[in-house]
Amino acid sequence: MSLIPKVTTVKSKAMPVPMKDVDTDLIIPAQFLTSISKDGYGQNLFRRLRDNDPNFPMNRKEFDGATILVTDSNFGCGSSREHAVWALTGAGFRVVIAKSFSDIFYNNSAKNALLLVVLEDKVVDQILQSATNADYEVTVDLESQTVTLPDGSSHEFQYDQFRKHCMLNGLDDIEYIRSHAADIQDFRKRQEQQRFMSTRGA
Amino acid sequence: MSVSATKKKPGSAGGSPASETSGNTTMTEKTNTKNIVQKIWDAHVVKQMEGHPCVFAIDLMLLHEVTSAQAFQLIESRNIQVFDPSRLLATIDHSTPTRQNRWEIYDEAARTQVETLRNNCKKHNIPFLDFDSGKQGIVHVVGPELGVTQPGMTIVCGDSHTSTHGAFGALAFGVGTSEVAHVMATGCLLQKQPQSMKVEFKGRFRKGVYAKDAILKLIGEIGVGGANGHVIEYVGEAVRAMSMEERMTVCNMSIECGARAGLIAPDETTFNYLKGRAHAPGAEKWDEAVAYWKSFASDENAQYDKVVTIDLDKLEPIVTWGTNPAQSVSLGERIPKLETMAANEKAVAVRALEYTKLKEQQVLEGTPVEWAFVGSCTNGRIEDLRIVADILKGRKVNPGVTMYVVPGSEAVMKRCQEEGLDEIFRAAGADFRMPGCSMCLAMNDDQVPPGKRCISSSNRNFVGRQGPDSITHLASPATVAASAIAGCITSPAEYV
Repeated sequence: MSLIPKVTTVKSKAMPVPMKDVDTDLIIPAQFLTSISKDGYGQNLFRRLRDNDPNFPMNRKEFDGATILVTDSNFGCGSSREHAVWALTGAGFRVVIAKSFSDIFYNNSAKNALLLVVLEDKVVDQILQSATNADYEVTVDLESQTVTLPDGSSHEFQYDQFRKHCMLNGLDDIEYIRSHAADIQDFRKRQEQQRFMSTRGA
Repeated sequence: MSVSATKKKPGSAGGSPASETSGNTTMTEKTNTKNIVQKIWDAHVVKQMEGHPCVFAIDLMLLHEVTSAQAFQLIESRNIQVFDPSRLLATIDHSTPTRQNRWEIYDEAARTQVETLRNNCKKHNIPFLDFDSGKQGIVHVVGPELGVTQPGMTIVCGDSHTSTHGAFGALAFGVGTSEVAHVMATGCLLQKQPQSMKVEFKGRFRKGVYAKDAILKLIGEIGVGGANGHVIEYVGEAVRAMSMEERMTVCNMSIECGARAGLIAPDETTFNYLKGRAHAPGAEKWDEAVAYWKSFASDENAQYDKVVTIDLDKLEPIVTWGTNPAQSVSLGERIPKLETMAANEKAVAVRALEYTKLKEQQVLEGTPVEWAFVGSCTNGRIEDLRIVADILKGRKVNPGVTMYVVPGSEAVMKRCQEEGLDEIFRAAGADFRMPGCSMCLAMNDDQVPPGKRCISSSNRNFVGRQGPDSITHLASPATVAASAIAGCITSPAEYV
């Protein structure tokens, strides 16, 4: 059963955001978080950057339709808001390439078929520079764990094998955890003696 | 400060998160000693299969209106029941107004969000702390107050500042909405064992210097991604001397240096805080609970993947100058010279200074502020408000400054009223408001207007964090109070 979209190969121009430490407030400001739906965040992706800089790539027509985003290091730091991932996927992005990602954002992305790819610093710098031309097309393939650049060079990336299996097959964690229901029950029984907390009556 | 790596990180590709890279399971085998992070981890492993992430038990999940609605939708769409409502606790804080008539939420989306959580909790039998229950407040303030936050527990919430609860020796971390749904459905998460970092605070605070300054110093030293993939254990004589409120301030901001969580081993201070709280164990179970809690301490000679030491003896009040919490200086120090920075740090700094309308080499002290904010899950507890009241007593907020004092919870608010702090705030000309996240994150009515500068006891100074084009300077509550009186960024030293 496929519960989330499957991730396989993505080929697209790459939209560069050559900034370090892009926080989730910058990805989607808090004022847009009052919705109870997962939809509609794409239109406010990078809202502050778009409003303050006419040359920000999202304001440039030639990057329309890009599904790969390239950025520097520690992308997605700050708030745990999964809305940041929904804003990226809502705007059509399927892959983010960076030097590193923050932890919570990394986990949230895997749950929403947004593929995060960590490449060596010098390769990311090369893509960031070249991608300012919107005809720079990058291919990301999860199956072979490679990123192929227009110059023909191919770069491998690390990816957790369990997570890869889930992404390729569109599986989510709930069913996996539920398949261990008996273990969970046993654990809670064992743990009962050391339980000193209940929220009942609060 | 000194930083050292005691062990090579196995296969961490460019700082990719520990929760998705190979863990550090070899460490305990090598030394037979365990640190507190490993002990809590081991106590919550439900199932670990080769090559798979761990099925990891979560003891408590806190819920608020912003990151829960979609999780309820997900479990309902699959006809899954809530696993155990007695391990869940919900309140409303982020999108709620802090004016007196807060039951009336003008913004339709925010109103729907609050109403949705209220209904979801009713439907699924989840304890819900509503307005005027005497218990409502910022989720990370009310958990400890009620005594549901206890040592050795695993705690999650759809909020990155969940690390606050680590002050009690719990492994507490923020998760996204999908994981909120996973815990609702199963009481578990899929996790990989995090790496560990020891941060030792040496020495004692000088007058006018507080826990907030210590954590800002750490973040400034190691950077906003300095602890990515790690859980921090804070140790040292300064930590042992801290009150629970101070410990919560420190653990709260662990996420600002990228840490998965931050925690402090429990001790008598912890047990004294918990004793008698509504959901803490009663007399009949107390000794048993304390004995169990005491088992959550790092073994002597326990190893860590990284060790950082910060000396507090010479620490001065710290204020941020940029647009991330690592961009800070001691008061009296100048904003760093751009040419001394690494190329990518410099690019970040140039952009930040442009946004905050400051210059390299500028002294922050004396910079005029129009707004002052005391509150948030970082510094909205009773002790914080007492410090502010002490400074404001008999003084006036500068006429050019609008000051908000927002208690972290209804319980904190009541305590302020009992102690007469509210009168001090009002007499000084500050606005004492109803509990909530308020001006920390600009998703309710409380916002710093565009172009205005705010000195703030909150946790993030990101671009637009307190409102579009607002400028934030993070500082301790004392520095906020002193600056509100002076009308410009000012050290609290001469006010305390």
